[in-house]
Amino acid sequence: MFTSSIKYRELKSKFFFYIICIFSFLAMVPLFLILWELLKKGYRQFNLSLFTETAPTSMDAMLAKMSDDLIPGGILNGITGTLLILGIAIVISIPIGIFAGVYLAEKQNSFFANLIRNLTDLLQGIPSIVVGIIVYIWVVRPMHSYSALAGSVALSIMMLPMIIRSTEESIRMLPVTLKEAALALGGSYVNVVFKVLIPSAFGGLFTGILLAISRVMGETAPLLVTALGASIVNWDFTKPTSSIPLLIWEFYNDPNLSDLVWSSSLLLLLIILVINLTAKSISKKWKIQ
Amino acid sequence: MKDRLFKIVLFLASFLILLLTAGIVYALISQSLRTFSEIGFFKFLTSDSWNPKTDKYGALSFISGTLMTSVLALAFCVLFSLPVALFNGEYFRGKKISTVVSSIVDLLAGIPSIVYGLWGFYVVCPVLVDLGFSDTGFGVLLASIVLAIMIIPYASSLSAEFISMVPNELKEAAYSLGATRLEVVTRVSLPAAGSGILTSYILALGRALGETMAVTMLIGNTNAIPTGITGTGNTMASIIANQFGEADGLKLSSLIAIGLLLFLITAVINFIAKYSMKLINKA
Repeated sequence: MFTSSIKYRELKSKFFFYIICIFSFLAMVPLFLILWELLKKGYRQFNLSLFTETAPTSMDAMLAKMSDDLIPGGILNGITGTLLILGIAIVISIPIGIFAGVYLAEKQNSFFANLIRNLTDLLQGIPSIVVGIIVYIWVVRPMHSYSALAGSVALSIMMLPMIIRSTEESIRMLPVTLKEAALALGGSYVNVVFKVLIPSAFGGLFTGILLAISRVMGETAPLLVTALGASIVNWDFTKPTSSIPLLIWEFYNDPNLSDLVWSSSLLLLLIILVINLTAKSISKKWKIQ
Repeated sequence: MKDRLFKIVLFLASFLILLLTAGIVYALISQSLRTFSEIGFFKFLTSDSWNPKTDKYGALSFISGTLMTSVLALAFCVLFSLPVALFNGEYFRGKKISTVVSSIVDLLAGIPSIVYGLWGFYVVCPVLVDLGFSDTGFGVLLASIVLAIMIIPYASSLSAEFISMVPNELKEAAYSLGATRLEVVTRVSLPAAGSGILTSYILALGRALGETMAVTMLIGNTNAIPTGITGTGNTMASIIANQFGEADGLKLSSLIAIGLLLFLITAVINFIAKYSMKLINKA
């Protein structure tokens, strides 16, 4: 019988193997296509003024386009806004995240710890736009204004679950004897946590924080309903503030500014990829030790 | 004394998570009550009219838009993430090439939603038009294709882990009976890792349901139930992103109600995935 012959079965197996290889290869292609597209269309505007000037008005951009010049201006207001919003979000989420993570690692099986763990997973799954709505209700409405602070609260809610889980996991991976030895030497609990547990688990903590930052850095939807955006460089956290993703959204919606969309996306993507790769290499090194 | 204080601080940090979750649920429910009392819960779920002029709001169009895009995206995603998972977890397990492939695919997860949206708009959309799928390119199909690429890394990395966990003895036994590689994969590895792979797809589906910016840029933004896969529409996330800014009164309440529904759907999906993961770990 032909269908059951060894040769036929081997051939089928080999064919399947090639299919697997081809489709795996195809799955990687979008990353390069996207990078290529951003490089190709963004390199001309990827200049010094991208970092030193604020976003141009639609009118300026149109005039420049008509005389076939580069669009003047850059995304300085987005860069400073991203720094401000992300900075406050980091300040809010890191202490809470690390403390909650330490708590979960220490109380592994109590009812309360399990509840918190489940809620953390629940928080992690909330769509970003829903986080935006929540912060709109909580912060924007009482303050009667869109603000950098509201954006930061939204981003910190998204960062918290990641920081908590990575803290918990990296502290749980430490040998129990480490903590026992420190306590036996007479260290107070505060000292044990700050001088033994957290430094020993630092690699894991740091990786978690970096990944959390890179994850929220490109978030647009929650900022759209909380930070709103601004055309000037703003350092006042009670005022509407722009960010790189918000500027990309603005440029996308304004045909005159569309050239700027590529260089700002390229910058954003490069930053995120670098943070991602750094986090990965740290976690790899840390695991070997 | 200092230690006790510190322990209280640790407890408070965790307690804050409880407060945060309770606060989120409370805020969403209290703000959407107006819609549910004025329109009615089931009327809101089953009506497909969305008309600010007559103040009539229903979520059905957006629920169906969300389900259509997510399920279609998941179908495309399986087509690529399963091969990647097999490549990394079975054929080249532990080899250098698999680290390269999995790292590159993982980087896809880092690309911001809005950049995917741009790329979909300027690159994928014209291709769909050229291929003759639709006149403008926008719609469920375009959104699903881009969504699928966005969720491939989530599905593939987790399922690769489950596939690589299949005991070698099982596979060796099959080989010793004269099975080919393909037969081992389809009759041993995949069935043994099946529930784990299914779980990773459920998680990926959860991601797809809540994606906002890329879908908003690609789905066409029409407030009606999409007519087939090339039709345009809106998802629950995209209608919020589009109309939240200028909304007030009943419309705002209805948008928040959609947010509540989206929250509930993703919570249920994630719960199912977590629960099944627990079952697998026990078995």
